[in-house]
Amino acid sequence: MPKSLISIHDFSKDEMLHILDVASEMEKNKSQKILEGKVVACLFFEPSTRTRLSFETAANRLGARVIGFSDVDNTSISKGESLKDTIKMVSNYVDIIIMRHPLEGAARYASEVSNLPVVNAGDGANQHPSQTLLDMYSIRQSQGRLEGLTINMVGDLKYGRTVHSLLQAMSHFDPSFVFTAPAELQMPGEYKQFLAERGISYRETTSLNEHLDDCDILYMTRVQQERFSDPMEYEKVKDVYRLDASMLGGVRSNMKILHPLPRINEIAQDVDDTPYAYYFKQAENGMYVRMAIIACLLGYR
Amino acid sequence: MKTTARQLIVNAIENGTVLDHIPSENLFKVVEILNLAECGHQITIGSNLESKSFGRKGIIKIADRYFENDELNRIALVAPQATINIIKDYKVVEKHKITIPEEVVGIGKCANPMCVTNHQKIATRFKTIVESDGIKLLCHYCEKTTKIINLQP
Repeated sequence: MPKSLISIHDFSKDEMLHILDVASEMEKNKSQKILEGKVVACLFFEPSTRTRLSFETAANRLGARVIGFSDVDNTSISKGESLKDTIKMVSNYVDIIIMRHPLEGAARYASEVSNLPVVNAGDGANQHPSQTLLDMYSIRQSQGRLEGLTINMVGDLKYGRTVHSLLQAMSHFDPSFVFTAPAELQMPGEYKQFLAERGISYRETTSLNEHLDDCDILYMTRVQQERFSDPMEYEKVKDVYRLDASMLGGVRSNMKILHPLPRINEIAQDVDDTPYAYYFKQAENGMYVRMAIIACLLGYR
Repeated sequence: MKTTARQLIVNAIENGTVLDHIPSENLFKVVEILNLAECGHQITIGSNLESKSFGRKGIIKIADRYFENDELNRIALVAPQATINIIKDYKVVEKHKITIPEEVVGIGKCANPMCVTNHQKIATRFKTIVESDGIKLLCHYCEKTTKIINLQP
């Protein structure tokens, strides 16, 4: 097991599966005081609600105490303290560091500066590995397996880091992909080449209806306004896909809809009550997976 | 005494290292990467010289100085075709090509404006990826690739 979780590429297939197995143990026993007396730092240099709260809850459920900050305004960083100095200082206080930072590569750098395990809770548009692991956990839980599934990724496939990491992680499990995206937001060539080199098939479409009925996982994403420099470009694509319950008449009975959340308009509320909605369960799973990540990196599992 | 058929534009050195076949446009990048500005030895530099295979080339002759291979391979990014000649008593006693290192540290700037190395005092670190259309650098930190054209030492 690597010391830190920075990028999904740092974990082998077996290591990923180990985290998923520990997460399912955590789900069965949601409060385990195995980290009594430990202190976890949650350093959020960029705001986040879901990720921060689920990491903090995970640490609490394991019996650890949590310190940290949720924005940099009231810290020495606003006085110009370097990332290195902040990490060095915190490393003297705690047992593990969980951090989100707007700069790409910040978590990797922190893991080199610190002697402690570091968990990357998002570094700009680069990596968000705990999201990838909880996506995999939700796929395995809802389908009973990871192997041989058809995964339809919908929305912003160009800038969406979650789809890129999930694609790479799932490449270990003989998947086939559908990429549903408007022309402006298609899956970048480097990822298609990655799949081609591994003999993994993919189909591309601009129509959400085209492959709704022949996939096992419908992975919806939000078009993120902050990734667009041109507001007109954003307006053109922001509401391009809207899934509602009436479109789900012919889908496979095992099909499940995932979404990293928050959603804006891409999934109508009437989908929530269908048996295909899985995104709230997925968000809940985030907590178990993060409990597993913390426990594994501290050597308790 | 016989005269050599070809006159040397840059004077020969008795002992030392000759770096030949450097692209002219990257000549001074090589000077910078090898930190030759701080080198106390006699150095002669030729730029925009005619070359049969390259059109125009640069050459650097450093008297009485020999480099470690690791040190010289650092110039692979800007002069992948360079040849290294070790000179002893006016003769080439050893001649070899640059090999592209798997990883380069402290050379070049990541092209990603959001990369942490462009905002904090961090030495850049790249994995080299050799492709048919040139060398690409995979940033150890932000995991983005930079084309060699963007390399600014």
